[in-house]
Amino acid sequence: MKHLLSMDDLSLGEVQQLLSLADEMSEIQKRSQPKVPALRHKTVVSLFFEDSTRTRLSFETAAKRLSADTMTFSATSSSVNKGESLRDTVETLSAMGVDAFVVRHKTAGLPLAMTQWTNAHIVNAGDGAHQHPTQALLDAFTLTRALEMGNSLAGVRIAMVGDIRHSRVARSTVRAFVLLGAKVTLVAPASLLPPSLIYSNAAHTRHEWPVSVSHDLDEVLGDVDVVYLLRMQHERMNAAFISSVDEYALHFGLTAQRLARLPLHFKLMHPGPMNHGVEIGVDPALVPGSLITQQVTNGVSIRMAVLLSLLGPAASSETTKEERDV
Amino acid sequence: MSNSKSVLIIGGTVVNASGEVLADVMIDQGVVQEVGPNISAKYAAENEGGPQRIDATSCVVTSAFVDLHTHLREPGREESETIETGSRAAALGGYGAVVAMPNTEPAQDSVAVVEFVRMQGERAGLVDVVPSACITVNRSGLQLSPFHSLAQNGVTLYTDDGNGVQDPVIMRRAMEYAKELNITLMQHCEVSRLTEGAVMHEGCCSSHLGLPGWPSIAEVLMLQRDLELMRETGAKMHFLHLSTARSVELVRQAKNEGLPVTAEVTPHHFSLTDEKLSGFNTVFKVNPPLRTMEDIEALRIGMQDGTIDAIATDHAPHAAHLKDQDLQAAPPGMLGLQSALGVAMKYSGCSVQRVIELMSWAPARIAGLTARQGNSVAPGNIANLVVFNPTAQWEQSLEQIVSKSQNTPYLGLPLQGQVQCVLRDGKVIVEAGVITK
Repeated sequence: MKHLLSMDDLSLGEVQQLLSLADEMSEIQKRSQPKVPALRHKTVVSLFFEDSTRTRLSFETAAKRLSADTMTFSATSSSVNKGESLRDTVETLSAMGVDAFVVRHKTAGLPLAMTQWTNAHIVNAGDGAHQHPTQALLDAFTLTRALEMGNSLAGVRIAMVGDIRHSRVARSTVRAFVLLGAKVTLVAPASLLPPSLIYSNAAHTRHEWPVSVSHDLDEVLGDVDVVYLLRMQHERMNAAFISSVDEYALHFGLTAQRLARLPLHFKLMHPGPMNHGVEIGVDPALVPGSLITQQVTNGVSIRMAVLLSLLGPAASSETTKEERDV
Repeated sequence: MSNSKSVLIIGGTVVNASGEVLADVMIDQGVVQEVGPNISAKYAAENEGGPQRIDATSCVVTSAFVDLHTHLREPGREESETIETGSRAAALGGYGAVVAMPNTEPAQDSVAVVEFVRMQGERAGLVDVVPSACITVNRSGLQLSPFHSLAQNGVTLYTDDGNGVQDPVIMRRAMEYAKELNITLMQHCEVSRLTEGAVMHEGCCSSHLGLPGWPSIAEVLMLQRDLELMRETGAKMHFLHLSTARSVELVRQAKNEGLPVTAEVTPHHFSLTDEKLSGFNTVFKVNPPLRTMEDIEALRIGMQDGTIDAIATDHAPHAAHLKDQDLQAAPPGMLGLQSALGVAMKYSGCSVQRVIELMSWAPARIAGLTARQGNSVAPGNIANLVVFNPTAQWEQSLEQIVSKSQNTPYLGLPLQGQVQCVLRDGKVIVEAGVITK
């Protein structure tokens, strides 16, 4: 694996390998000195064209626990437009000697384009509404470990609720869940589903979503093991995707009444940051099945696993686990 | 031009609207003098003071092509193309005339800018550069261009290309002027409210890639509005770069009704689909976007049955640093002049004669250029001609490109039909696929 750009590029075997490696990484994190020298002398640059302190810190924590040198480049896309092209920026940074770029950009596909401009490894930390593969991996890691199902989600019924249309989390995490055998139902008003799922004339099925679709959260709730809530953004009102956030919350939010109807064993997930009172109307700390904090903790382990797979000794040659110096 | 050397085109198939015939063509004083089988024997050899001889074996000899839709980028964007470099690309593509789109900086919304473009075209001297003008000042959609002044200076085509005219009041008034002045409005059909932020066709591919989609309905709605306005005002309209199956259907109905409507499609819209975007390559970002196989089928049938009048390139050069950005920031558009024939012959499903009609005779009529372009190869007609091999298979490479920009979508794709030779006013300006002027 040279880059991590999209969940579409990963086979089931590769996903399972990363999940198993993340187990080792969480062992390291539990040590009194949670740091290993595996990526000493490697340089990892976070290249964030869109603000995301949480994801950036999670990656940087992961890199530091593996002893990599880290640098941060923050820039809004608009400032890049004033003269220096994006390609110039990437080539300039590469010339300083970078082993891996962790990239966040508002436009889908930019991390893939970057692979043409640098020899460094690229990790996609979120590109537009396209992909956020480490989120998908940490979600899969969190859920499989919580359900104690090994590296499988066979038969697990998952409802993903919210703005699927604009969500890179949905495009990546659905793929991970389905790959591991889960049955996924997308729950949203039609306007917030990808156009290909709502317009019947989009008959080209090459990119079919292997999911069920529902517009009625209450109908779905009795039948699920996991509820995965997506963040609802207020600005969706402006282009008439929703009438108002209140109206959305009323029909698609996880309210106390809906919580009461869920089976006892259910699990609750959210990629953060949460919009309290919109998609979630209860205090998640009081929800026994909430995995939301674990998702954040596991984010570091998964990102360590990804960086190690790309940059570690095993990435360049066939070495045994012991030789990896973890 | 009158003292130019005489030229003899030997052994080609002369294709005219009336039919095709294996014949030699003798050109002198800038004009076709004689067309007939084996007339070459009558003339002295080239090295004995006879005419310049062009071997057209296995080639078609016909009127040079006319492009209704070329972005030459001058004035204002000379880093991407100039009228000179665009003219070279046009000549190599077999063109005798190109309509210069008015989205320059400043825009072609005044007599001064229009005259500048015309003059630069004459200075380059390779093809007829025919300036179009804006429908509204600076293509803002707010204030009408000075139609009377522009029409007096010979401008017959008007468009805000790149933008559709959103406001129905402005469009209705523009049509009233168009009717009065007997000029043609060329609409870029796009209801912009439906395409905000869009970078590709809205469909399965965009849903999968998470890219904001440009739905077909945004084209169809404006086309439908304009057809109704035409019905009311009686104005002539030409629809630019139609891309959807439904658009073809609407134009077909309008023609059956007798409305004075013409329409063009681009080579890329009938050869490439939205799947091309799955690699996120900005070269394939174009407006309107590449659509689906279903749309391609409808465009091909439209070209074959006469619903579509012209193949126009929408040649849109962009310097590398503009395309080397993310998909949202990169400007839409791709090169077209040097590949148009190769794409048309390979992918349109049309006969040679129909391709020539789509690329020369019909666009010359639409642009009002028949005094110089798009005429039959017959004695007395100005010799603006192209000689091309209709069956030659080739691939485009970056080295062949003479535009200032290199954003061609056709690298590595099989093309068919190669330009050998171009005559302008009886003078050979392209020979063996190379500019000789």
